[in-house]
Amino acid sequence: MQRSTLKAWFLVHKWTSLVCTVFLLLLCLTGLPLVFWEEIGHLTGAEPDVAPAAAGAQPQNLDDLVNRALAEYPGDVPLFLGWDDHSPSVYVNTGARPDTPPPQMHTAILHQYTGEVLPAPQFNEGVMYFIYRLHTDVFVGLPGMLFLGAMALLFAVAIVSGVVLYGPFMRKLKFGTLRTGRSRRLAWLDLHNVLGIVTLGWAFVVGMTGAINTLAQPLEQAWQTQQLGEFARRYEGRPRPQQLSPLDDAVARARAAEPGMTPAFVSFPGTGYSGDHHYGVFMHGNTPLTERLYRPVLVDAETGEITARPQLPGYMTTLLLSQPLHFGDYGGMPLKVLWALLDLLTIAVLVSGLYLWFKRGSTEARVTEIERSGLVADAGAAR
Amino acid sequence: MSRATTRSPFIAPAWITIASLVGLISALVGEGVFDVVSWLVFGLLVGLAVRAWVKRDRKR
Repeated sequence: MQRSTLKAWFLVHKWTSLVCTVFLLLLCLTGLPLVFWEEIGHLTGAEPDVAPAAAGAQPQNLDDLVNRALAEYPGDVPLFLGWDDHSPSVYVNTGARPDTPPPQMHTAILHQYTGEVLPAPQFNEGVMYFIYRLHTDVFVGLPGMLFLGAMALLFAVAIVSGVVLYGPFMRKLKFGTLRTGRSRRLAWLDLHNVLGIVTLGWAFVVGMTGAINTLAQPLEQAWQTQQLGEFARRYEGRPRPQQLSPLDDAVARARAAEPGMTPAFVSFPGTGYSGDHHYGVFMHGNTPLTERLYRPVLVDAETGEITARPQLPGYMTTLLLSQPLHFGDYGGMPLKVLWALLDLLTIAVLVSGLYLWFKRGSTEARVTEIERSGLVADAGAAR
Repeated sequence: MSRATTRSPFIAPAWITIASLVGLISALVGEGVFDVVSWLVFGLLVGLAVRAWVKRDRKR
């Protein structure tokens, strides 16, 4: 590689890394507890322990469950109802208006078979929610999300440019070389290279899926405008129904229409997920892959008839598939632990990168070091 | 530990990238053995980092 090309890649790596490192550190540090959100929730009581259903017990009528949730929050309207795949419970989100945003929603968790309202704190309160907001939008909504998405893209460029520099630097060194007996800077540089290359594939995918997740809001809006807008136009001029048909029947019809699937959640009319006149019954499969791929069944909230079963557009499928690949919650506890260890290794890559920047010397010296495959005497480096 | 080598320095990153993709996708497409493949792959990656530290060159 020509020296000028090498220098250009070095500068790309340096500046893309420098700009995103502080934010990446924030994301890695806040991401660490979020990997274990469910387990922390059980330990702290945020996730209720739900008694198993009695033998032969039948699930409660969904409309009754919604009414019990509404009794907890007088004056609210129902927004969403969802099933927990791991326990016999359902959650009901309510709010002052049909378009209440998540930070202002109320949540009731109910036993699916006894109808008991389970004691649980709100999902949008507490330390874990604080960490979650720091991780997703730094408390400033969409601009914060898009900013963090831009940082994730810079991180991807830093990874690619780092791999390009790794080649010439390592061409005379064995994979995994870590020289700690010479200068402190060389030890940190080798550590940066080893850990950077070990976490390469994982960090790139987690970074890119994180960037895709920051587009969730605009992508959902595009889907609502395009696909759902098409159905909404058929109902143009008609007022939003005041009296809704039974939810239990709507879900039963959706189950019958999609026999290989189970309902994941239901959106009520006006929430933005199913227009102003429909229940959106979002069905999903039961494998780690298909449980993320929803099939919406739109049920007319006045007549109870199924209006449509649209396929999710490609960009929504990409968004839904990017979520598990970012969260690491699809391979049991061992995968979560490994996810956390790789996150810690990535933190070490970022910290070592910062150290190398503080001890950087001139760009020419660094490019020469790479050209000479890291075998140059580390003159002048601090011990 | 350092020595001249004729192998491309990109071989290891290429294998690590392929293995990471296998690990990421494996647990997503199935359970049981697919999960185990994922655990083994990522366990191996963490193991590579540990191995580099254990075999570090302390020569001055």
